[in-house]
Amino acid sequence: MAAGVGLSSADVRLQGRAPGRTRRRSPYPTWFFLPAAVIYGALFLLPTVASLWFSLTRWTLFEAEFIGFENFRQFFREPFLVQGVVNTLIYGALTSGLKTVLGLLLAVLLTGNILFRGTLRTLVFFPVLVSTIGVGFAFEAMMHPTKGVINVALEAVGIDGPGWITNPSLALVSVALVDVWKGVGLATVIFMAGIVSIPADYYEAARIDGATRWQLFWRVTVPLVRPATVTVVTLSLIGGLRYFELIWAMTGGGPGFSSDVIASVIYKQYQAGFYGLATAGNVILFGIIALVVLPLTWWFNRREVDL
Amino acid sequence: MTAMSARRPRRRPTKWRPIVTGALAMAVAFVVFVVPFLFIALQAVKNRRDASRLNFAWPSEWQAWQNFRDVISERNYMLLLAYFNSTVITVGAVALLIVLAAMVGYVLQRRRSRLNGIVMALVLAGLMIPPAVVPTIWVLQGLGLFKTIHGMILIQVAYGLSFSVLLYRAFIATIPKELDEAAIIDGAKPLQVFFRVILPLLRPVTVTLIVVQSIAIFNDFTNPLYYLPGRENVTVQLTLYNFQSQFSSQMNLLFMNVLLVTIPPLIVFIFFNRQIVAGMTAGAVKG
Repeated sequence: MAAGVGLSSADVRLQGRAPGRTRRRSPYPTWFFLPAAVIYGALFLLPTVASLWFSLTRWTLFEAEFIGFENFRQFFREPFLVQGVVNTLIYGALTSGLKTVLGLLLAVLLTGNILFRGTLRTLVFFPVLVSTIGVGFAFEAMMHPTKGVINVALEAVGIDGPGWITNPSLALVSVALVDVWKGVGLATVIFMAGIVSIPADYYEAARIDGATRWQLFWRVTVPLVRPATVTVVTLSLIGGLRYFELIWAMTGGGPGFSSDVIASVIYKQYQAGFYGLATAGNVILFGIIALVVLPLTWWFNRREVDL
Repeated sequence: MTAMSARRPRRRPTKWRPIVTGALAMAVAFVVFVVPFLFIALQAVKNRRDASRLNFAWPSEWQAWQNFRDVISERNYMLLLAYFNSTVITVGAVALLIVLAAMVGYVLQRRRSRLNGIVMALVLAGLMIPPAVVPTIWVLQGLGLFKTIHGMILIQVAYGLSFSVLLYRAFIATIPKELDEAAIIDGAKPLQVFFRVILPLLRPVTVTLIVVQSIAIFNDFTNPLYYLPGRENVTVQLTLYNFQSQFSSQMNLLFMNVLLVTIPPLIVFIFFNRQIVAGMTAGAVKG
């Protein structure tokens, strides 16, 4: 149906131009955008634009009462909501940083000449494909403070393991570590592609000049995988800032509110029926992602010019 | 893949180094990446009392089959309904995504127009902006799509478009324009050029997208949680969540459920392992 509408408007335009015949009808019609644009516009753009208005209201889904910036004020007044904002930043930075560093190191290892390389690649990538909720439950069980496999193993070597997800100051970090465990495979694969596309001659030339392995890594690999680094940092940061599945599966934001992030706060406010407040949370989350990611992209692009 | 192995010519032929590094890495990878899956599998076949200890002890009795039956029949065969719903959503959304994203990527790459800047900006916005949840529910309600399977399909399409368009656009750039021009000279209409000439040539990236998106949509938890509430609409990931409180004293059943939910991605992975990695990287780095 959408396609039909697009066609007819193209026809009208064509008739208008027909006498001059200056431009043929393009073989790449713009109406190809239309079906996707309708779905995307209605279910993504429209809600996004609407959120700017509804975040300023007390909203029941049927009635919206304008209350100005009250929702935002409340968001930054309630200590647990502020903690959600701080936790979001910690979680995003921690997961993105670790995925980038570990992903690069693993990629170097897995493109090198080692035994079991194929199997290792498979093992590292597999968790990416597994259900997040399932992974969350498994690690929740393994991180149990007394019975959990991790602490039992630590005890065996004489270490008194902490309450990974029961200790409020550790819960968020524990979940972030599981997130890294699950997601590092994707970063590794992207870095592997970057490393493989570096011409072997560069390594050869550097070796002839007497470069050590360490120098090869820092002076050849790291600068030349930049495009992959940019991709990994940006994707994992955007993902990490807006993600809450794993937190929800493992801690539900607890103990208390110690591992709540904005995305889980939004869900809680939604459940409680505070739709305006939940939507304000969405706008804040968008603002934070924009504030973090846009300068970063700008900085990455600028650096590219320098090189 | 072959290029990877050919990359680093060895400096000296030290034979022991690759073996030692490989064996060491394998040992670490076993503990880090294999043990958690063994843990899941082991709990899933234990009886209730053994599983509640959450340890690696050998099960005192094997009851894989009984656990399997218990999980399947729980709450009037909810898991089977969930498999059905998840399959419908995944297949429907992926099919739509492939066609619509390829159409956008094709025209976006081929046609130079002022629209391109706007379209690209919207595509990138889709990657960055977190979906506004409650307003989306409001729109879905207005369209009569809230709590419906087709509503969920369209949501997955809307959220998956950006990534798919970028991947297609990058890949279409590698297909010579002469191919479509030849078809146009032969009198093919735009739709014919697209469906008969271009779409078949996009096969490699299409396979990648089918794999990546179907796993993402099948594993999705957040979106069905928001947009598809209701018992009859349950999806696979939500069964896990729904059973969590019920199974809190029956860890064996919880982990049997985890195991069952992991099987479809595992099958996809076994068949498309190389394809996933190759296609993913092609799009991601060129991006």
